[in-house]
Amino acid sequence: MEKTWNNKAWFMVLPVLLLVAFSAVIPLMTVVNYSVQDTFGNNQFFWAGTEWYKQILASERFHEALWRNLLFSFIVLAIEIPLGIVIALAMPRKGWTVSLCLVLMALPLLIPWNVVGTIWQVFGRVDIGLLGHTMEALGFDYNYTQDPLDAWITVVLIDVWHWTSLVALLCYAGLVAIPEAYYQAAQIDGASRWAVFRYIQLPKMNRVLLIAVLLRFMDSFMIYTEPFVVTGGGPGNSTTFLSIDLVKMAIGQFDLGPAAAMSIIYFLIILLFSWIFYTVMTNAGQDRK
Amino acid sequence: MLELIDVSKATPSDTLIRSVSMRLEKGSLNILLGPTLSGKTSLMRLMAGLDRPTSGDILVDGKSVIGVPVQKRDVAMVYQQFINYPSLTVYENIASPLRVAKLDRAEIEKRVRQAARLLKLEPYLDRTPLNLSGGQQQRTAIARAFVKRASLVLLDEPLANLDYKLREELRAELPPVFAETGSILVYATTEPSESLLLGGKTATLHEGAVTQFGPTIDVYQHPANLRTAKIFSDPPLNTIRLRKAGANFVLDGGISIPVPRKSLGLADGDYIIGFRAHHLHLDPPRDEAVQIKAKVAITEITGSESFVHVDFADARWVGLVHGVRVIKPDETIPVYLVPDRFFIFDTSGALAAGPVAQAAA
Amino acid sequence: MARITLDGIAHSYLPNPKTEADFALRRMDHVWQDGGAYALLGPSGCGKTTLLNIISGLITPTHGRILFGPDDVTYLLTEQRNIAQVFQFPVIYDTMTVFDNLAFPLRNRRVPEAEIKPRVDELIQMLDLGGKAYRKARALTADEKQKISLGRGLVRHDVNAILLDEPLTVIDPHLKWELRSQLKHLHKRFGFTMIYVTHDQTEALTIADRVVVMYEGEVVQMGTPAELFERPQHTFVGYFIGSPGMNVLPCHVEGDRARLSQDFTVPLGRNYGKLTGMTELGIRPEFVRVGATGDLPVTIRAVENIGRHKIVRGHVAGRPINAILGDGDEVPAEPRASFDPARINIYSDARLVTPEAA
Repeated sequence: MEKTWNNKAWFMVLPVLLLVAFSAVIPLMTVVNYSVQDTFGNNQFFWAGTEWYKQILASERFHEALWRNLLFSFIVLAIEIPLGIVIALAMPRKGWTVSLCLVLMALPLLIPWNVVGTIWQVFGRVDIGLLGHTMEALGFDYNYTQDPLDAWITVVLIDVWHWTSLVALLCYAGLVAIPEAYYQAAQIDGASRWAVFRYIQLPKMNRVLLIAVLLRFMDSFMIYTEPFVVTGGGPGNSTTFLSIDLVKMAIGQFDLGPAAAMSIIYFLIILLFSWIFYTVMTNAGQDRK
Repeated sequence: MLELIDVSKATPSDTLIRSVSMRLEKGSLNILLGPTLSGKTSLMRLMAGLDRPTSGDILVDGKSVIGVPVQKRDVAMVYQQFINYPSLTVYENIASPLRVAKLDRAEIEKRVRQAARLLKLEPYLDRTPLNLSGGQQQRTAIARAFVKRASLVLLDEPLANLDYKLREELRAELPPVFAETGSILVYATTEPSESLLLGGKTATLHEGAVTQFGPTIDVYQHPANLRTAKIFSDPPLNTIRLRKAGANFVLDGGISIPVPRKSLGLADGDYIIGFRAHHLHLDPPRDEAVQIKAKVAITEITGSESFVHVDFADARWVGLVHGVRVIKPDETIPVYLVPDRFFIFDTSGALAAGPVAQAAA
Repeated sequence: MARITLDGIAHSYLPNPKTEADFALRRMDHVWQDGGAYALLGPSGCGKTTLLNIISGLITPTHGRILFGPDDVTYLLTEQRNIAQVFQFPVIYDTMTVFDNLAFPLRNRRVPEAEIKPRVDELIQMLDLGGKAYRKARALTADEKQKISLGRGLVRHDVNAILLDEPLTVIDPHLKWELRSQLKHLHKRFGFTMIYVTHDQTEALTIADRVVVMYEGEVVQMGTPAELFERPQHTFVGYFIGSPGMNVLPCHVEGDRARLSQDFTVPLGRNYGKLTGMTELGIRPEFVRVGATGDLPVTIRAVENIGRHKIVRGHVAGRPINAILGDGDEVPAEPRASFDPARINIYSDARLVTPEAA
């Protein structure tokens, strides 16, 4: 695509650039600054070099949290992407039900993170929550405050409930853009339902799926509010993700140096993964020459 | 006057325009003729100021306009898609650029009426575009572009989305409309016949370069190179590669065609001969002709005319002949070529010798 | 391959059509021969797409039956009708190679792979896609993609008909020539029944053996290109076929002469007796001679040199008229026009009138 060339455009972008500089670049630099120094309070700083980085990268605690994050993102993507596609395929294309569906799908997206957490915290409680109580009545020993697996299931469920509709809506947008002629041609070619999905719908959804995977990966990798509200990182450390660990370290223990180093590493990991996803998915569609 | 001086445009992956130089006079109709992706739209975007050239200069009345945003230029555009304001009436659609320019009511009324009359929109002024046929919608878009009296009006394949017959009607109607504007008009099309019907000047484009620019009929009758001749021929230009040896063009295998008297001076060697479909005859023509045998591949009949596709040596030619001619495929028949009608190109594609001027034309 | 019979087909998009005007497609009875090449020609909204959709099975007609060979297929779904279709914009499977695209309809029908390979290879050769068999289809040009769309129909030996819906719309002019003659060649070679929908007369006339001209939901004439050109049954056919179209001039017919105005009459060469209603004279621009002599004075408005001939636009007896001037001919200072009597058609209420036997 070509860009329209215009002098004035730069002036219009300027406020955003300033805003980004103040809100992102300068804080980031502050964090970099912290990550290479040591402090004992009183605003006294000592040069620490790459010490904190080495410490974090070698720490068992970091490895565990990172592993949890990766596992969580993987599970969440593995559920939300296929489920979102299935929902999008099942959504109506015409008639009054379309707008009804769209509104219903958009509802979870409108609820703030901490409210979602609170809803599920109550929902899952064994004593008064609908889910917890039902599970209990059915004979399952469900208790997310005691059992790590139950805690995991709960956090994954929350995320799936909260975000699958985003994936579904993105896929739906991709699907409705496919011209009718493609379906007609497939019918004439005798294609099965699966072949239509595999060779028409999936390739045409390629772009939106890329966006969905990127958004969901980055967002799930940064998960904080839900486990913070629902499980507080427990039981034990079973739902202590990088972000929760980071907050514990920075605010709970006031280890600013290691926390800053961890932030930077965390940031770089997200960047790396996003880049990998992007490259893999854009190249997957390219022609092999 | 709009002047392009050695203008080029490249993106990181592609060269869109290759050193184009053109002078477009006030009140002139300039047609950009070339296949899809030959650079017609890119060139128009540069002229309009939507894109900035990578190198070269664009002058309006002698002053460089590089960097002047499109809003500050006096430009109007018509696109292939019919772009109108769907909620406004035809009248309001046509009046919209004048309202933006804050003209007084009487002047707006006068100009809209005049444009509507020229483009035969008077009965539809109170309708909204959705209640119009495609032809009427595009007429509305054209009227809106012209009513502004912009100094530069760009039309990017404006008839491509219309039915064949509507296209034919509009082609016949547009020249007088164009003549009345006094603007510099630039009109992009893929069809040689459209160029010929509209007249004016034509620039043929190939891969971002202008291969020739001049009065339409001159470019058609005297293409300067093989590219231009190919772009400006519909049916496609018939070509064959032959070797000139003395007074004959020869092909291995014993075919020999006399060299037109005028071109006897050409050096011996390889040449590419080109001639148009209506200069391939099935009956001996009035002009001096040479008979050769060719194998019929297919005949197409349009009622008044027939297109006969024949294979000769390794070339596929199309002949356009009057009346209905049905010939069985694979039959070998005599066909007649008129050497005086040949375009003779050297192997680089430059014209070495054109057709001999016709007595009456 | 099969003969197609339209038995009293009519269609309305309204639930309860009452008058003629409610029908997008007026009642028609036609038999289209097995292996024929038919073009449905007409302007937008003439009903040609509705008719195509009835044949392909996307629409069930309000009235009538449609038969492929002896079988009534009126209520069969598209996939049960064994047809192939090429659309206005190329439909290809982006992620598949050219080979896989062409093999797709066969694989879906569980044809053994050993049988697919030679058939597809042969087809690729015939479509001139030789070196590109294992390229991803998305990297091809528009004309190559259209060939693949067509190829997916040709690869199946059991298709009843191939329907083409304005397939050359997105193709550049010089490639249209190639694709058209290739299509014609393939039609001869395979002998499939072909139904080609277009608004472009050149395409219709060159592709089809028989052209079905449609106007306002009706078939106004079905005939060979020569018939449509020489004896248009309806003034619309005269106008729509030919460029420019036939000149249609209001007149009064008195025996073997047509009176164009108070002062001018034209000889017809044949006797039409006394005609009532709206009578018109039709003469193609190709058969209007403009020169120094002739029955009718012409005022010239414009002469357009379109290369191989010139189009003269002028007025005769106050009516606009077009004439075609040969290569090298000029318009004289005081031009006069004459009509070739053998080429004149007379119309009453837009329908062709047959002259009385001599």
